[in-house]
Amino acid sequence: MSSRADEIEIAGAPEKGRSLFSDALLRLRANRAALASLGLLGFIVVAVVVGPWLSPHDYFTQNYGAIWVPPTMTESHWFGTDGLGRDLFVRALEGGRISLLIGLVATLVSLVIGVAYGATAGYAGGRVDGVMMRIVDILYAMPFLFFVILLMVFFGRNILLIFVAIGAINWLDMARIVRGQTLALKQQPFIEAARMSGASPFAIVLRHIVPNLLGVVAVYITLTIPQVILFESFLSFLGLGVQEPATSWGALIKDGADEMGRAPWLLIVPAVFLAVTLFCFNFIGDGLRDALDPKDR
Amino acid sequence: MLSYALRRLLGAIPTLLILLTLAFVMMRAAPGGPFDADRELPAQVKANLEAKYHLDEPLYQQYGRYLWDIAHFDFGPSFQYRDITVNDLIASGFPVSLKLGGASLAFALLFGVPLGMVAALRQNRPADYAAMTTAMLGISIPNFVLAPLMILLFAVYNDWLPAGGLGSWQNYVMPVLALGTAMMAYVARLSRASTIEVMRSNYVRTARAKGLSARRVVWVHALPAALTPVVSFLGPAAAGIITGSVVIETIFGIPGLGQFFVQGALNRDYTLVMGVVLFYGMLIVAFNLVVDLLYGWLDPRVSYS
Repeated sequence: MSSRADEIEIAGAPEKGRSLFSDALLRLRANRAALASLGLLGFIVVAVVVGPWLSPHDYFTQNYGAIWVPPTMTESHWFGTDGLGRDLFVRALEGGRISLLIGLVATLVSLVIGVAYGATAGYAGGRVDGVMMRIVDILYAMPFLFFVILLMVFFGRNILLIFVAIGAINWLDMARIVRGQTLALKQQPFIEAARMSGASPFAIVLRHIVPNLLGVVAVYITLTIPQVILFESFLSFLGLGVQEPATSWGALIKDGADEMGRAPWLLIVPAVFLAVTLFCFNFIGDGLRDALDPKDR
Repeated sequence: MLSYALRRLLGAIPTLLILLTLAFVMMRAAPGGPFDADRELPAQVKANLEAKYHLDEPLYQQYGRYLWDIAHFDFGPSFQYRDITVNDLIASGFPVSLKLGGASLAFALLFGVPLGMVAALRQNRPADYAAMTTAMLGISIPNFVLAPLMILLFAVYNDWLPAGGLGSWQNYVMPVLALGTAMMAYVARLSRASTIEVMRSNYVRTARAKGLSARRVVWVHALPAALTPVVSFLGPAAAGIITGSVVIETIFGIPGLGQFFVQGALNRDYTLVMGVVLFYGMLIVAFNLVVDLLYGWLDPRVSYS
């Protein structure tokens, strides 16, 4: 596809020439599953951010006059209440805030580390590259998840620690992808031109390499966020994530699983929220990847 | 090939060393010792215990001892279970986990590969969309969501399957489904992509042009090549199944390694926890080696030099 775009430009119609990016945007717009997912995800994000303010309830107040209330559309507890009489609608949205926030922040952490590491290794090349990538290979073989679990057990469930720990183990893929792209980019004439005109290696990486990695990075972000959300939920499900009364989807699912015989809505509501969100992210990530690299379609 | 295998095993040594060192450092850095019970032990008893487990030696000596023991596959005594070594616990838990994980992997391959290939051969038709939406659902529903939902459906509302324990084959149905579904979905997506690519390749076109039947082209010519990405995915898949089994074993009350790990972490049984982590590390290294050797057997273009 890119070669066609190039040909159009060479043919001498620059004002009509389609860039790689606008090409990709067109393809993405044609992908109805990805578009629908984007809309649904947007709706969830807005609901999660705004919803808790609109509800008459909050996520921590216990109300022993209204415990185990099943979901009703007529009364104020849309999704029912838990064994402490806390409103599940607000708790599900509040849990979404935490889950999405962790997804975003941890992805950003891994993004910064991964891009910096990968671009440095790729641009430096040679022995530096060899050593840096060997380190990545070694780290790949580590069962990090177990170490994160241990960290949580040993040093308490600190939300900051969750961010850092998840981000710190997720950068390996990014580093590999970015390095590969950087190796290819390095050969391009415009990088040589920048070097000729005296730009420092740091400036070349920051101003010329990294901006050209945006497409890959975008795909990676949309595919990493669900991974991180999943991971946090996994920790919370084991009872090692966020602490009461704060909650996340994983923590809610755990509570729900414990009481599913008596109050199945406590399990089903957060499970649906989590699954739908992951579903949307995965579809968008897939759509983006197909749009930027359409050889399989 | 033998020298390749040897080189790979040597290459795994730094990995395992780092893993071991990390394990040791974390074990020592963790606040609270293994004998800080609710009830304060008499000083003499505590000193004796520490002497017995060599906790009174300088750190470098403890590290050396740990290294030496692990090199002899001696994971040390469990801190929590009296008179039981971590080796005993691993020996009792691993077969159970292996059965569960092996069955899940088999399930993922037996259903994932055909699903992906059928989708690829009907690319962009309803069957393809249906298969890929199913796969996406499988990826998006985490195992710790799937497991309780299945229990709710099949054990609580309908009395079709046992909710936990390990008595007969029925006990394995839900854990295997919960553990294997996401893996199956990944395998389906991978084999779809690779089948599409292979079906467009020149040698498949040649096979078709020779007048071979469609069935023969798919089964004999395309399948082995389409399987290679799936095989290389087996390494990460095994790691995923190992971590997944931590949750699944806890939910279904299966006395496997994953359950031991969680219990050990919560009880601060450091030697047990570290032993399990190291054991998993070795397992993943060994498994990856097997996968790479299998890869070479499947794809004649791969050479071990």
